Amino acid sequence: MAKKKERESSRRNFLKLGLGLGAASVAGVMSEKLMDAGEVPSNGSGEKVKVLTTNGKLIEIDAEQVGLAKKKDVYISREEARKGIPNRKFVMVIDLAKCKNARKCIEACQEGHQLPKEHEWMKVYLMQDSADAAPYWFPKPCFHCDNPLCASVCPVGATYKRSDGIVLVDTERCIGCKFCMTGCPYSARVFHWKDPEVKADPDSQYSPEMNIPPKEGTVGKCVFCPDKLRKGELPRCAEACPMGVIYFGDIIEDVVTNGTETVRFSDLMRERAGYRYLENLGTEPSVYYLPPVARLFPVERGYDGLESDIKERYNNEPFVISKENKP
Amino acid sequence: MNSYSSEGLLTDFAPQLARPGRTWTSWFVFFLLLFAFGMVGLYTQLTGGHIVTGMRDNVVWGIYIVNFIFFMGVSYAGALISGVMHLLKTSWRKPVIRITELITVVSLMIGPVFILFCVGRFERIPYLIMYPRIQSPIMWDVIAISTDLVGCFIFLYLSFLEDMALLRDNATALKMPQWRQKLYKFLAMGYTGDPVQRKLLYTSRNIMAAMIIAIAIIVYSVLAWIFGVTLQPGWHSTIFGPYFVIAAVFSGTGVLILLMWVFRRIYHLENYIKRQHFVNVGVLLFIVGAFYGYFTFSDYLTKWYGSVRMDKLLIDKLFRDYYWLFIFSNYVGVLLPMIIIAFPRLRTINNITFGALITILALWVNRYLIVVPTLETPYLPIQDTRLDWIRYSGTWVEWSLTLAGIAVFCMLFMIASKLVPIIAVSEMMEKEENKNNDQVGTF
Repeated sequence: MAKKKERESSRRNFLKLGLGLGAASVAGVMSEKLMDAGEVPSNGSGEKVKVLTTNGKLIEIDAEQVGLAKKKDVYISREEARKGIPNRKFVMVIDLAKCKNARKCIEACQEGHQLPKEHEWMKVYLMQDSADAAPYWFPKPCFHCDNPLCASVCPVGATYKRSDGIVLVDTERCIGCKFCMTGCPYSARVFHWKDPEVKADPDSQYSPEMNIPPKEGTVGKCVFCPDKLRKGELPRCAEACPMGVIYFGDIIEDVVTNGTETVRFSDLMRERAGYRYLENLGTEPSVYYLPPVARLFPVERGYDGLESDIKERYNNEPFVISKENKP
Repeated sequence: MNSYSSEGLLTDFAPQLARPGRTWTSWFVFFLLLFAFGMVGLYTQLTGGHIVTGMRDNVVWGIYIVNFIFFMGVSYAGALISGVMHLLKTSWRKPVIRITELITVVSLMIGPVFILFCVGRFERIPYLIMYPRIQSPIMWDVIAISTDLVGCFIFLYLSFLEDMALLRDNATALKMPQWRQKLYKFLAMGYTGDPVQRKLLYTSRNIMAAMIIAIAIIVYSVLAWIFGVTLQPGWHSTIFGPYFVIAAVFSGTGVLILLMWVFRRIYHLENYIKRQHFVNVGVLLFIVGAFYGYFTFSDYLTKWYGSVRMDKLLIDKLFRDYYWLFIFSNYVGVLLPMIIIAFPRLRTINNITFGALITILALWVNRYLIVVPTLETPYLPIQDTRLDWIRYSGTWVEWSLTLAGIAVFCMLFMIASKLVPIIAVSEMMEKEENKNNDQVGTF
């Protein structure tokens, strides 16, 4: 009973956070404290500003208190980062019908995790399942498998599975044997072959939840942005996607959101025939795909505005070759 | 013809143990230079990062791992052959068993070092002991290899013990310098050859021989499972354990024949290592080669005949990008040595040695073809413009360290051959005492 209650409340929290985000962007300015408690601080400049709270009340606060909603980053130590966020089981849904290879997810991820340009934790593939099948864009983060071979084969426990479903790499522990890279069938992992030359903020402490700064001779990969999740925000890729391709949520609460719409995970799976990539390998990914049906864009739109070297990546794909051969 | 006089034996081998001559020294300097070249490569890698190698995100393991598998394979072959020959009391083993035992230990000292080159942060190697996870096949390997190393050293030492005592007792006659006398005295551990000591020694030698056979099989299977447990096409195969063991014995037998040829030549051991020994080890090479060819065929046939997409992609790649290497390693490398052994007319010492050399090269290429093409064929297509990300090719750094590995192998053998007789003198004398048993086995 207590557990159920806990679930209920955490679900409500999640929804509140999702909605809170929306409200914050509407109001534009709002301090975090007020959002939660609605308290009015006693001393200030005396000048009042009207703002809207999440529960729809119009309140007045002191102008000095007004600032952009900003939540404090909590430092998560290496030990804590092994535990996972309680009562959570994260899930990602990628809607292939909406992706047009805008690469905003990749850029946001690289910026957020201070990655060198050649390191893509999120990759976008041009896929064509067979010669007559339709080509589509296929964004691919780490799948955070429930049966992760990478974590099984790690000899020192540098990579591990947490209670909330996230698979992380502790680059302070990683010896760089790369066994996890051969173990992962999804090419989700990247290796720092040289010094990444990222100027780290001297005050910031290392946490596997961020993996900043990247370390030479160790393995990196998509982390599902637990630092953002702890603040009730979406992972960077989902947040950055202009098409709302990436839904993120909690499988226990049965809810996912892409920032603009919030839907039941099970409904989405049922109605849109969600599937997991290479299900037959038995790795139980936490990332689901919605098939590329009734698409918003023709696949060619994915080429718009791409740098030439990125465009060339797809040159060897059968779809591109056959297209170029046509008169 | 087959009888050796006890005092003649030692004087025969004494020149070998004498101060290094000019040829020895110049070869040693040559290998030292190769080693130094490897160290330049290592320095480049340590300062520049792994980017100086040909390894990239898809092909994360390259020549280093190939060398690791190769040297470990040679080592296990040494262990298996010497263990089996010892237990079966094969009469012709005596002139070659010392070389076999040395192969085991020397290559076992080199193989694991290549792993260190491949590891991104080798200063963190102690983490393998500090934070071990027994679920990882790498940890199985760490345990297995260290057990193997200890076991093989004990076995080698036990087989040296009698010779050490012999050298200690004949130190003055052989005009040995002081430090050598002391060394042999220490290593002989007061062994005098009285019946109690002999019984103890022989029993423990038999136990160790049996143990290292088992350990060798386990260790090499574990190594194969590092590949077999992953989901990669071409690796995820149940045959990999026995296949690796057989491949190891195949390559190790080749190395044994090559070294027999080398030592026979440089130390003039024509009286001890005869054509018949080459033929006998050659027949072993033939049998193992046949098994190896069978396993290879069986593995690739099942992949090729079915229609699993990833297997097909891999086979296509092997027959397109790696065609000649594939033909060389899996056809020429298997059939040529077998043909040489199969026809008695072709069985000259030089022919057999040539066949063995081809075997060694073919098996190295075989490991390359196991490691690299699979990694170039991931489930998700490699969509990249950087050529080195798409296709692996080793850089000079990797080749320099490979050469350094071979150089260290040769140098260790050169040093060993100066410290102990390359043929087990005591075992040969045993043969002298036991005249009715001295027919060289023939096939």
